[in-house]
Amino acid sequence: MGDLLQTLITVISVGSLYALIALGYTMVYGILKFINFAHSDVVVIGAWTSFTTAAVLLPRLGVTPTEAPWWAAAGVLMLAMVVCGLVGFCVERFAYRPLRGAPRLNVLITAIGVSLFFQNFGQLKYEVLKPDGPGKPAMSLPFGAQPQGMPRLVGSRALNDATVSRGTLAGVDGAVVRLSEGVSLEERRQYSIRVTPAGAPRAIEAMVVAPAGRYEPGQDLRVGFMPAGAAPGSAYALVRSARVPIQLVDVAIVATAGLLMVLLQLLVYRTKFGMAMRAVSFNTTTASLMGVAVNRVISLTFVLGTSLAAAAGFLYSLKYVTLQQTAHQGWVLLGLKAFVAAVVGGIGNIQGAVLGGFLIAFVEQFGARYISSDLRDVYVFGVLILVLLLRPTGILGSTVREKV
Amino acid sequence: MVTAKWLLCGLGLVALSAMLGLTGCEKKEGGGASAGGERPAPKAAAPRGQTPVGEGNTYDTGSGPIKVGHFGSLTGPQATFGQSTSQGLRLAIEEFNAAGGLNGRQVALVEYDTKGDAREAGLVVTRLVNSDKVSAVLGEVASSLSLAGAPVAQQAGVPMVSPSSTNPRVTEVGDMIFRVCFIDPFQGQVCATFAKERGISTVAILYDQSQAYSAGLATEFERAFVKLGGTISGKQTYNEGDQDFTAQLTAIRSGNPGMIFIPGYYTDVANIAIQARKLGVTVPLLGGDGWDSSKLAEIGGTAVEGSFYSNHYTVDDPSPVIQDFIRKYRAKFGQVPDGLAALGYDAARLLFEAMARARSLHGGHLRDAIAATREFHGVTGTISINDKRDAVKPAVIVEMKGGQPRYVATVNPE
Repeated sequence: MGDLLQTLITVISVGSLYALIALGYTMVYGILKFINFAHSDVVVIGAWTSFTTAAVLLPRLGVTPTEAPWWAAAGVLMLAMVVCGLVGFCVERFAYRPLRGAPRLNVLITAIGVSLFFQNFGQLKYEVLKPDGPGKPAMSLPFGAQPQGMPRLVGSRALNDATVSRGTLAGVDGAVVRLSEGVSLEERRQYSIRVTPAGAPRAIEAMVVAPAGRYEPGQDLRVGFMPAGAAPGSAYALVRSARVPIQLVDVAIVATAGLLMVLLQLLVYRTKFGMAMRAVSFNTTTASLMGVAVNRVISLTFVLGTSLAAAAGFLYSLKYVTLQQTAHQGWVLLGLKAFVAAVVGGIGNIQGAVLGGFLIAFVEQFGARYISSDLRDVYVFGVLILVLLLRPTGILGSTVREKV
Repeated sequence: MVTAKWLLCGLGLVALSAMLGLTGCEKKEGGGASAGGERPAPKAAAPRGQTPVGEGNTYDTGSGPIKVGHFGSLTGPQATFGQSTSQGLRLAIEEFNAAGGLNGRQVALVEYDTKGDAREAGLVVTRLVNSDKVSAVLGEVASSLSLAGAPVAQQAGVPMVSPSSTNPRVTEVGDMIFRVCFIDPFQGQVCATFAKERGISTVAILYDQSQAYSAGLATEFERAFVKLGGTISGKQTYNEGDQDFTAQLTAIRSGNPGMIFIPGYYTDVANIAIQARKLGVTVPLLGGDGWDSSKLAEIGGTAVEGSFYSNHYTVDDPSPVIQDFIRKYRAKFGQVPDGLAALGYDAARLLFEAMARARSLHGGHLRDAIAATREFHGVTGTISINDKRDAVKPAVIVEMKGGQPRYVATVNPE
């Protein structure tokens, strides 16, 4: 039961990310009827821009990334969205607009070219800011070929952890601590101890590796590792991990993605610009005859889609802190799965992209957990084949009749 | 219908690119031999792979600098591997030249970047043996890249010494191919023995099924651990590029193992460790030499604390040979050498020592001299080359403590 809920939580979190990326594919397709293969690379740029901002710029502004207030994370997200929006604008303006009247295959091939360009250009490394100190990353434009670790802007704790005991440390000896309060450790549960050294702003967390049982005050309790700074007299909290931990990161992902999707829905169905967008999508020529500035609508659609991709990149880097270089297989796979989500949901359809995102995440996660992790990508592409056979326009897609 | 048509067209392209990607992977893994083998071999050198003593390449003129080639991933996803190796062997060459070289002849290094790409590896080795006419080739780190370069060196009759490819298949390419590191079966045994000695009876395995290194190590570990009376509570896999390991870790968690064996490369391991801790899995993790990078602690942070891996050497070993090497390396490059730097250093020194013993620098003579290496005292332990051209030497187990690998134990070969 616990595993089922855990898998479901992952589905919702990963599904939101797929949905955010799929929206970009679907919006561009809806308007221009072509697949923007460079879209997944904008996700990568979003993730790396977030890293550069969080790891290099924030410390220079006097904000320690790991203790950053929530608005710092929001600022990083905004900047990433702005940068990627600009990238999206430029890509449309300089790569796709000159080909507006050209056959769609030409545009498709151009999209692949743009994608290859970003993948390889992103690996160049020109240091514009030297590292702050040893072991700190330099600011590089573009990003370089080394994998990097994203700073933890959102705390790594779970919302539903239970504090079972508080007190002050009676003693510390290497990897052994003595607590001031007695505590009982249950069988098959995970415990950690959060120690706040006197004067320190935040707690040091260590895993408890002691066997289950009753521990009296002053009795030795083994921990995995106790970093320097914890001294007798420091306040501590003994925390029992929830069986199904709900991570703060996952909540942040779902909340941000949800908010952005609601905003997009409002924009498309409640504003004049949204109406113009739908008009262009319905029939470009007629829309332009009705006085819709088609080029401006297309540009803005690209900016919207790439900003959502940037948000996905930012959230992705918060959840999976290892940032791989821009041409890495992991990014290609992420983009491909989001694309499959857009197709499965019905490409060109905004609700369809969201639905597809969650469906793909569901199949992937449950398949990997309950059938076999060997075939996790097979489930995703299997669903694609199935949907294309049974309903070629996707679950929510509508059939377009070709008039001769 | 326009929609569907274009959709199919797009999907076709996707499928095509996915297929290209897949073949790329296969090549990296096992098909490396064909990547090198397709290249036309130098005409006169082709039959010389299995030639009697005295024959082999006749590129060496007997005077002037001795050319030694190195192919390594100086850029790309495994860039730290290639750069460390390069620095290690540069230090060895500098020392050898300063000490007078080989009877007054200096060693000159010719180095090419493989970019972590198997096709590139085959190309640059061809360039090293055909146009640069090197006396010997050093490289690669990744087994899949060594497997791409080795057939070229073998066909040209130029001895190749891999500093750190641990997959057994590398030296099976031919009698010109050697290595100075231990091999995966040994490493798997070392890890299994260590887990057993720590009193662990149940271990779960999580490995990368797209990497020959990872899959091989997982198999060897399982075999050795079961033989020692241990139980494998679950075997889960991932693929290159996977970032989410929740499903695998949830499955592993329900098996309640005492340790998790993860024979992957450091970026994946850091990710897995973080996600494992988030799921409340606090048992120690165990791995192989693919963990050896400062990036592991940099990215993984406290999640990798208290975990173990087997490695070629450790910097806190007090032995004077090691401390002396660390001091010299630090003075030259300003950083602490990792295991790959030490292996690069050893590979070059072992080669020079063999050159000094060889009748000439011709491929066949040099090959026999390298094959006759016994009890060579390297930084990474005492090395003897066995009849399979593999190094017989000890391994160390290290523990991550305070962001640094700390020495725990040395395991000697039987």
